[in-house]
Order: sequence, then structure tokens, then C-alpha cells
Amino acid sequence: MSPTATWLAVIGASAVVYALKVVGHLVPEHWLAKPRVARTASLVTVALLSALVAVQAATTGKELVADARLPALAVAAVALVLRAPFIVVVVLAAATAAGLRALGMA
Amino acid sequence: MRSVRKGCARARWAGVRVGGVGFDGRRAVVRTSISVALATGLYGVSFGALSVVAGLSTAQTMALSLLMFSGGSQFAFIGVLGAGGAAGAAIATAGLLGARNGLYGPQVAPLLGVRGGRRLLAAQLTIDESTAVATAQSDVADARAGFWWTGAGVFVLWNAFTLLGAVLGDALGDPRRYGLDAAAAAAFLALVWPRVSGPTGAVARLVAGGAVLVALALTPFTPAGVPVLVAAAVAILVGVLTPMSDDEPTTPEHTGDVP
Repeated sequence: MSPTATWLAVIGASAVVYALKVVGHLVPEHWLAKPRVARTASLVTVALLSALVAVQAATTGKELVADARLPALAVAAVALVLRAPFIVVVVLAAATAAGLRALGMA
Repeated sequence: MRSVRKGCARARWAGVRVGGVGFDGRRAVVRTSISVALATGLYGVSFGALSVVAGLSTAQTMALSLLMFSGGSQFAFIGVLGAGGAAGAAIATAGLLGARNGLYGPQVAPLLGVRGGRRLLAAQLTIDESTAVATAQSDVADARAGFWWTGAGVFVLWNAFTLLGAVLGDALGDPRRYGLDAAAAAAFLALVWPRVSGPTGAVARLVAGGAVLVALALTPFTPAGVPVLVAAAVAILVGVLTPMSDDEPTTPEHTGDVP
């Protein structure tokens, strides 16, 4: 993607996200406050983030791949179970993948 | 709304402990706001580093933290672009993740009571953390203090640490050698974790599992970015069609959530 196209995407996406915030402040409560709307939005967030975990951890381009990212993700999950802070989880995952690759894993 | 009541109960209990409403109560709110801002701001480092690794410039990375200012949307945006996705898919994914900020507006707007330019500023600061701290307070003055201190604190620190991360990421070279591709996956896992763990997350866990299967199954056959969007469509179907239970949380807790 060219720098100009990336800039357009950055500006466009930022405008969309800001517009959504403003809409929340301008519309009266009515339908936004309904539990089912809130619940669906919450589930969409879960689905997007979960799909992003899968794509980031187990794909390269259009291929499904099992490499050092999967054990790193497992270490991250253990850290989360132990209630480690976000930054610790991320650093542990990076260190695991880096260590396994230094040992020769893909 | 159960978690709002739970939050109020917790805030009242904390208020009693520090001496009730008034000055001491206000100091407790500010202290909470600053600790939330520090914890959240700090992981701006990982966003900044991962963004330049995904191919964005430092200026583009900073534009995202200043203008988009919503961690989940920002991570998703660079995730889709980094995987080779089209601009449209990246914008759609960021927008869908940003939709929940729109649901926070009706919760915080009545507490803030602002108009005009200050309302536009309040909108930009309406994120998981500021909403969580504001709605956890038991009186309006504390809620306002919590919203503005948390929102402004996260904004300043998130942007400062994004810059630091972008500079560091630029200096590193091959991201795979440092495991930064695995760090991106771990970041998304940490963002979704508070929403699927615990006794109230049963439906969320089902949706998460379904989303993983859908995304992996579609990856070989669709353009990059599309599998993630289809997974979101599945969640909308589940949200609209399945019966609701009373104990599903709809308000963010301010522990380990997305800014």
C-alpha cells in the first residue's frame, strides 16, 4: 500500500471511530441503551478480537501456519490466567517466540 | 447494567474507607484515574512498536493514537493492514471495534452535562477506561472528575508511550527475530481476555471459539481482512437471535481493558 493510501486509511478510520463516539453523545438514550444492543456490540468486540488472535497467531498470508507464535500465545494465556498486567503478557510472548527462534524453530 | 451497580457499591465502600464524600473522596477518584492512566498508557509502547513493524510510519502511528484514540480499533487497524488487508477492510474492522465507544456516550453524557466544544472533546475521551471510572462513582461530581482525569491522563500517556514504542520499533529491524509478531497475537488475546474469562463469559466464550474457527477456515479462500469481518457478522447473528441472560455485563471494568 502506498504512503498516500495508508494516510487516507488512517484518516478515514479515525474519522469513523470519532464519529461513533460523537453519535453516542448526541443521540438521546432510547435504543442505544437497550441491553440487546449493548450485548450485541460486546459480542462483536469479542468476535473481532478473537478472530484477530487467530489470524495473527496462526496465518501467514493465505496459509495456516504453526510456528513459534503458537507456544508464545500459550505462554501469554498462562500469564493472563495468573493475572499478569498487559505489558508483561505481551513481553513474555515476544520473548518466548524470540527464544524459540534463536533455538532454530520457525 | 449490573456491573454499574456493582461499581457503585465498590466506590461507596471505598468512599467510607477514605472518609466519605468531599475532598478525600475526590482525591481517591483522582488517584484511581491516574493509576488507570498509567497502566493503560504504558502499553502504548507495544502499540507504537507493532504499528511501525506493520509498515506504518511514525507520523501515521502518532496520527492513529491522537485521532483514533481507541486501543482496540488501533491494534485491529494495524493488524489488518500488516496482514496485507485492503484499506476498506482495515477501516471497517476499526469502526466495528469502535462501535462500543458509541454505546458509552449515553452512559457518560448525562453525568457530564457538557455542550458545544467541550462535548466534542468529551466524545474523543469517551473510551473503556474513562467510562468505567466515571460510572463506578456514587455522585455526579466524582463521576465528572473520574471521567476527565482518566480520559485526559490516558490520552497524554497513551500518546507519549506510542511515540516511544514507534521510535524503538523503528530501531529494531526484523520484527520476527524479536518475536514481535507473537506479541501482536498476545496483545489481542490480552484485550479479549477480560470479556471471556469469569462466570459471565459463557456466551462470549462460544462466540470467541466460533470467531476463531470462522477466521481460520476462511483465510485460505478470501482476501486478507475479510475473515475477521465475517467473524463479526457471526457475532451479530448470535447477539440478535439468542436469548439473553440477566448476568451478561455491558459496562467495561477498568482492569486490563482496551482504551
